Amino acid sequence: MSGVETVEEARTTGRRTRRAPWLAELLRRPAGVAAGAWILVLVVSAVVSSFWTPHDPFEADPASMWQTPSGAHLFGTDGIGRDIFSYVFAASRTTVLVAVSAGLLATVVGVGLSALGSLTARWVRESMAVVIDILIAFPTILIAMLLSSILGGSLFVVVTAVGIGYGVNISRVSRAEIRRVGRTDYVLAARASGVGPAGILGRHILPNVAPVFVVQLSLAMATSILAEAGLSYLGYGASASTASWGRLLNDLQVYIAIHPGSVVWPGLAITLTVLAFNLLGDAIREVSDPRLRTASNRADRRRNHS
Amino acid sequence: MSLIVTGLTVTIGGRTVVDDLSFTVADGERFGLIGESGSGKSLTILSLLGLAPEAAHVTGSAVLDGTELIGLSEEELATIRGNRVGMVFQDPQSALNPLHRIGRQIVEPLRLHGGRNERLSKAELRERAVEAVREVGLPDPESLVDAYPHQLSGGQRQRVGIAIALACRPGLLLADEPTTALDVTTQAEILALFERLVSSRGTSLVFVTHDLAVLSQIADDVAVLSAGHMVERGPVATLLEAPTHPVTRGLVAAARATIWSAS
Ligand SMILES: Nc1ncnc2c1ncn2[C@@H]1O[C@H](COP(=O)(O)OP(=O)(O)O)[C@@H](O)[C@H]1O
Ligand SMILES: [Mg+2]
Repeated sequence: MSGVETVEEARTTGRRTRRAPWLAELLRRPAGVAAGAWILVLVVSAVVSSFWTPHDPFEADPASMWQTPSGAHLFGTDGIGRDIFSYVFAASRTTVLVAVSAGLLATVVGVGLSALGSLTARWVRESMAVVIDILIAFPTILIAMLLSSILGGSLFVVVTAVGIGYGVNISRVSRAEIRRVGRTDYVLAARASGVGPAGILGRHILPNVAPVFVVQLSLAMATSILAEAGLSYLGYGASASTASWGRLLNDLQVYIAIHPGSVVWPGLAITLTVLAFNLLGDAIREVSDPRLRTASNRADRRRNHS
Repeated sequence: MSLIVTGLTVTIGGRTVVDDLSFTVADGERFGLIGESGSGKSLTILSLLGLAPEAAHVTGSAVLDGTELIGLSEEELATIRGNRVGMVFQDPQSALNPLHRIGRQIVEPLRLHGGRNERLSKAELRERAVEAVREVGLPDPESLVDAYPHQLSGGQRQRVGIAIALACRPGLLLADEPTTALDVTTQAEILALFERLVSSRGTSLVFVTHDLAVLSQIADDVAVLSAGHMVERGPVATLLEAPTHPVTRGLVAAARATIWSAS
């Protein structure tokens, strides 16, 4: 009996979400919605701030130093009279740029290394695996700092370090995952149905590997944001003419005892953004797997015992 | 469809795991392949469709209605797999793609092989899936095609596996221990389903198992495998009554014990 009910439930959710079941499910998850909304706000601010900010984010105004939040200065002003809101707003551009470039680079490096690994001779493949293992042993941020101190700090260095670091990780994790999925019975069964190599890869292997990839990608983006903020805070990241949350945090933290309220803004922006990328990655992974997706999980487990 | 296997040999890393195996399955015959775990049953039937692991080296001959299967290219095999020969797997929990709906998995062979002369629309494909689900005796076919594998019980999933294997109405069905992972009651239902579908369509069947009790209900002729060698063959009734080889005697004793404990 419960089997029929379960199937019934599947039908109702199934019909409604036929087109993009995972998107509809994502919108049903508070964490997914909040994270997605925050990232959307961020992207919109990045675009809008390219054309317009309430004040010039870099313009010092000696007449209005350390003002508390007001209608004119939403987040108040800093020690040289800059509008903190405008600066935080403009710095979202740096954050989005870094996250997107690091994500892209990580994908390119990850997919490239995986392809190389599966197409080249055994000795190339295995020596590459050793190099990858060595690279992974170093925290990405450490590599970024190392590169920055040699090459001088810039966003380029941040993006390169995080992109390559996570690309290597992505290739290692997804290769292990591809190998695992390639050995499953359902792949063998699909081959026994006459599915060719392209169909096996595209319809059966990659969709089952995608969740692992998405999580790694969201981690890469979160890490790149954290790395940019951290390195800019330490003076290795964004140049003085680029607005950056990390740099603002550094500027303001000197006065934390006198004006504790102002440090909150860049700190909050960094925390929320890193959190949002992590939460969104998790939420996407969950909704892309029907086993984690359905509300009737408990009923299913009960059913599966019979 | 008839299958004539002659001198089939499979070696993996220098080890011969199937040794010079020969048997014939006549058109519409139900043939049983039995042996303990590791005797080479799975490799035998996987080799017929070129699905043995890459490390395996397969020699010998397997002729399906005049077509030699051993040594065919992947492209040629792809037109036979799921089309002229269907296959059912041991573990229904893992033989279905967890991300695809039941209906999609059932029509996948149809989409691949229906091809040129028979372009099916989305609605027609769905209709065929519903029909296939109904034929294997699953409840509420209209909604079941929209379900995911994890929403079904083991027995229901194995019915789906059978529906997939039979989607293109193949002349030969290969079943690798399709009832081993199921409880006794479900086993009996699935066996009855095999019996019904295979005899109503005149499909030839190669049924692999380690359980002679199961085979006695479904097979006509039986070959006994042990460590890659065929040690005995004959009608299932004869083997049950007068087993000659020690391995067969062991299987008969095991089957007696099952029947005994079941009744
Ligand atoms: N991929 C493989 N690599 C190496 N040996 C294998 C592989 N697959 C199966 N074998 C060996 O081949 C023999 C027969 O296996 P199999 O056909 O799966 O047995 P059965 O299905 O009868 O239980 C076993 O001894 C097993 O260890
Ligand atoms: Mg086996």
